Amino acid sequence: MKTLKNKSPFPRLDEFLHRLVAPHLREEIMGDLHERYQRRSQRLGETNARQRYWRDALTYVRWSNIKRKPNPYPTTYLYSPTMLRNYFKIAFRNLLKYKGYSFINIFGLATGMAVAMLIGLWVWDELSFNKSHKNYDRIAQVWQFVNFDGTISSYNSVPIPMAEELRSKYPDFQATSLSTYTRDVILAAGDKKLTKSGNYVQPAFVDMMSFKMLAGSADGLKDVHTIFLSESVAKAFFGTENPLNKIIRMGNKTDVKVTGVYEDLPYNSAFRDVLFLAPWELFVANDAYVKRVLDEWDENSFQVFAQLKEGPSPEAVSAKIKNIRMKRKDPPGYKPAFFLHPMEQWHLYTDFKDGKNAGGIVYFVWLFGAIGVFVLLLACINFMNLSTARSEKRAKEVGIRKSVGSVRGQLIFQFLSESFVITLIAFVLALLFAQLALPFFNEIADKRVSILWANPWFWLLGLGFSLLTGLIAGSYPALYLSSFQPIKVLKGTFKASRFTSVPRKVLVVFQFTVSVTLIIGIITVFRQIQHAKDRPSGYERSSLVEINMNTPELYAHYEALRNDLLNTGAVVEFAESGGSITNQYGGTTNISWKGKTPNTQPLFMANQVTHDFGKTVGWKVIEGRDFSRKFSTDSSAMIINEAALKLMGFKNPIGEIVRSGKEYKVIGVIKNMIRQSPFEPVNAAFYTINYNAVNTISFKLAPQLGTSKALDKVAGVFKKYNPEAPFEYSFVDEVYGRKFSDEERIGKLAAFFALLAIIISCLGLFGLASFIAEQRIKEIGIRKVLGASVAGLWQMLSKDFALLVLIACFISAPISYYLLNDWLQHYEYRTELSWWVFVAAGLGAIAIALLTVSYQAIRAALMNPIKSLKTE
Amino acid sequence: MRRSDLGEFEEVVLLTVAVLAPHAYSVSIAEELEQETGQTVSTGAVHAALQRLEQKGYVTSLLGEATAERGGRRKRLFTVTALGGRVLNDVRQVRNRLWERIVPQVTLKWS
Repeated sequence: MKTLKNKSPFPRLDEFLHRLVAPHLREEIMGDLHERYQRRSQRLGETNARQRYWRDALTYVRWSNIKRKPNPYPTTYLYSPTMLRNYFKIAFRNLLKYKGYSFINIFGLATGMAVAMLIGLWVWDELSFNKSHKNYDRIAQVWQFVNFDGTISSYNSVPIPMAEELRSKYPDFQATSLSTYTRDVILAAGDKKLTKSGNYVQPAFVDMMSFKMLAGSADGLKDVHTIFLSESVAKAFFGTENPLNKIIRMGNKTDVKVTGVYEDLPYNSAFRDVLFLAPWELFVANDAYVKRVLDEWDENSFQVFAQLKEGPSPEAVSAKIKNIRMKRKDPPGYKPAFFLHPMEQWHLYTDFKDGKNAGGIVYFVWLFGAIGVFVLLLACINFMNLSTARSEKRAKEVGIRKSVGSVRGQLIFQFLSESFVITLIAFVLALLFAQLALPFFNEIADKRVSILWANPWFWLLGLGFSLLTGLIAGSYPALYLSSFQPIKVLKGTFKASRFTSVPRKVLVVFQFTVSVTLIIGIITVFRQIQHAKDRPSGYERSSLVEINMNTPELYAHYEALRNDLLNTGAVVEFAESGGSITNQYGGTTNISWKGKTPNTQPLFMANQVTHDFGKTVGWKVIEGRDFSRKFSTDSSAMIINEAALKLMGFKNPIGEIVRSGKEYKVIGVIKNMIRQSPFEPVNAAFYTINYNAVNTISFKLAPQLGTSKALDKVAGVFKKYNPEAPFEYSFVDEVYGRKFSDEERIGKLAAFFALLAIIISCLGLFGLASFIAEQRIKEIGIRKVLGASVAGLWQMLSKDFALLVLIACFISAPISYYLLNDWLQHYEYRTELSWWVFVAAGLGAIAIALLTVSYQAIRAALMNPIKSLKTE
Repeated sequence: MRRSDLGEFEEVVLLTVAVLAPHAYSVSIAEELEQETGQTVSTGAVHAALQRLEQKGYVTSLLGEATAERGGRRKRLFTVTALGGRVLNDVRQVRNRLWERIVPQVTLKWS
C-alpha cells in the first residue's frame, strides 16, 4: 500500500491539495482522486489519466472543502478582564514580596531611563541649535581658508568690501550684512550704566536673522544714531516705561536713540549674547581704523553674514566666491579661499582641518548619545538578569498555572505585563529623577534645557521607549518561563540547565566592560586636563587683573594713571597692551628677516605693549633683556618668543634686524606664553612698544594687601579718571581657567554618567549575588557543618564574579585604548595613555564588584546552618 | 415540500446513490454518470453535490474499507435516507403528472 501511495503522478499537486483541504476531508478526497486516476490509467492510458487528474484536482478547490471544521472545545480567552486583573495583582504582590529585587529593578531602570532622558534632551538641544532663526537653512557666514606656509587655517573674519562685492556681483545672495564680533559696550541711560554685549550690523541683518521686533520696525537701524535693545536690556534700563525714542549713551561717547526692541534670543542661538544691535555706520564713524580699511581687501577683521536665495546650495556658491581675492590684483601670499559656512553647521561642525570640515561638537553628540544608550542598556540588562535568575523561584507558579489550564500565550502575557508595570513605574520615577537632576545637569552642561512637558513627541517617545524597554527586558523571561513543562517543574526534577547562566554571565561581562571603559575614559580626560594645566604658561597669572579700555577717558593718561595706581600701594606693576594676555589676535605675514626662506608666508602674532608689560605679566626673559625706558632706541626694539626664534632660526638672535612695517632690532627672547588654547603649540609671536595701539590695562595687585581691599583702592583711582564707566575688571587666572571649561565640562559629564553606569552595574551584581547566595543556601549550610571557614565560603561565592569582572577588564582595555587614542589625537599637546590607568581602572572595578558581592557572600557565610538545613 | 432546494445535478446524483446502494461513493457515482450520460463527470463535482445532499439530510454517509487503488485511504459510502427517498418520489410524481398531460400529437412531433 505504501508503494501505491507513492505512485502519485503529481506529488507537488498532492501536497498542495493536502494543505488546502480541511483535515477531516483529506482522506476521502485524496482517496477518490487517486482511485479515479488508477482506474482511468487502466482504462484510458497513463497520459489521459494524468490530464484528467489535474482537472479533477482543481474541482476540489472550493470553499466548502477548504473551510476547517470548528474546534468542538472552547478556546481560552486570552484577555478576560478577570485574568488581566489577576496578572496585575500577582505582579504587585511579587513587587511587594521581594522588595529588594523590586528596588533594584525599578531604581536601576529609572536611573538608566533618567540618564537616557537627560542625554536625549541634551542631544535634542544641540541638534536644534539656531533653529529658532526662520531662515535657518539659507543663512551662511563667509569664512576663509588661508595658507600659512603649507598649514591651512580657517577664519571667520573677512575684509569689509566682501559684503558689497557679494551683494552687487553675485545674484545668489538675497541679502548680506557686515557685522562686528560681539563686543562689550557700556550703555548708559540717565544714571544707569551697564556693560552689555552686542553687535554693530547693517540693517539687512535684522530681517535676515528674523529678530522678533516687540516695538519699533525692523528698518529702524537705517539712521546712524540709533540702537535696538533686547527686551531684557530695555527692561533693565527703562522698566515698564516705553523704551522707544529714549536716548542711550554708548561707550561714554555717542548718544543714540532707541528705535526698536526685540525679543531675547533663545539660549541655543549663536546670537544669544547679542543684547543690542547698533548700525554699522555708527561703528565706522567712531573708529579711525575701520574708516581707513573700508576698501582694504587684506584687513580680515570683520564678519559677513549672508542669506542665500531659494535654490543655490552653499557648496555651489562657495565654489563661485572662492577666488574673489585671488582674482584681484596683488593677491596676498596666504592665498585666501572664501567659502560659506551654513548656519546648520555653525554649532556642530566648527572644526576645519586642511581645508575640510572636521566635525566639532557633533562628536560629543555621538559620544553622549552612545553613552546614553549604553547606560540604558545596562539597566535593561539588570532587569533581564534578575528576572531570569529568579525564574526557578517562579517555576512552580508556572507549573500550577499550566496544569489548571493556562496556555502559553497567557503566561507570556502575564510576564510581559509584569515587566510593563515595572517599566511604567520606572518611567514615572525617571521623570522625577530627570526633573530633579536638571538644574545640576544644566549647570555642568552649560545648557538651558527643560523637560518638554507639553511636547507630544516627548511623551510618545518616552512612553514608546518604556514599552519597548519593557518588551525587550520582559521578553526573555516571558518566553523562557512560559516554556517550562509543568510535569517536570511540579515533580521537582526541574533544574535549570548549566547553560542557562551563560547569557547571564555574558551580560555581566558586558556591563562591566562598559563601566571599566568609562572609568578609563574619565581618568584619561582628567589627566589630559591636568596635563594642560600643569603646562608652564610662561607668565604669572596670580593677582593679575585686566581692565578693558572701553571709554575714551582711559586713553592718553598712561603715566599719570600708572603713578596714581602705584602710589596707592595696592598695585605693584601696571602696563597696557593691545589685547588681553589670555588671548591672541592680530597675526601678520608681513615680516622678514635675514636668512628667511624666500616666498614663504609664516604667520607671526604681533603684539603692541608698553614698557612695563613684561614686568607686569612676569614673562621670563631667557636671552637678552626686557624693554627698558633707559634705552630710547627701544621704540624700535622687538622681543620674540621661543617659537619665533625657532622659526626664524637665529643662532644668536640679539641684535638681529627684523622688518615688519619698519625695522626692529631684537633685544630679547622670552619663554613661550600660553595665550591661546593650552592644548595647542604656542604660535610664533613678537612684542613691540606702542603706546597708541593699546586697549587693555593690566596690573598686578600687591600681595600683602587683601584682594578686596586692594581692589577698593584701585577702583577709587579709576573713578577719578573714568567717572562715567562702571569699574569692571577680570582676574587673569580665572579667564585662563576658562580655557579648560570645555574639557572640564566633558570630564564632569562623563564622570557623572560613568558613576551612574557603575552604580547600575553594581546594583545588578548585588541582586545576582544575593540570588546565588540564596540558591546555594543549603550547600553553604552543609559545608559549614562539615567545617568550612567563613573566608573559604566568601572566596567560593566571590570567585565567579571576580572572574567575570576580570574578563570585562581585559575586553575593555583594547576598546578604551582605541577610543581614547583617537580622542587624544584631537589635541596637539596631549598626555600619554599609561598602562597604570588601565590597571587602576581594572583593580578599581574588581574592588567595587568584590565589595558588592562580599556583602551578600559574607552574610550567607555567617548564617547559622541550623536555620538553612532544618526545614524539610 | 421544498422542491426548490434540489438542483438538477443533485437530483441525478441522489438517484445514482439509490441505484448503486450500498456501494455508492464519489468515484463509482461519477463513473456511473459518465457511462449513463456520455459526458465527463469530475469526482470533485460529485463530492460537492454529495456534501450538499448530506447537509440537507437526503443522504447519510459512513467510512468504508480502504483499498490499494486509493493508496490505502478509506472511501466514504453514501446511502439515501427516508427523507431523500420521499423527495425523489415527489420529484418523480411531479414529472409523471406533467408527462401524462402532454398531448400525444406533441410527442409524435418530437420523435
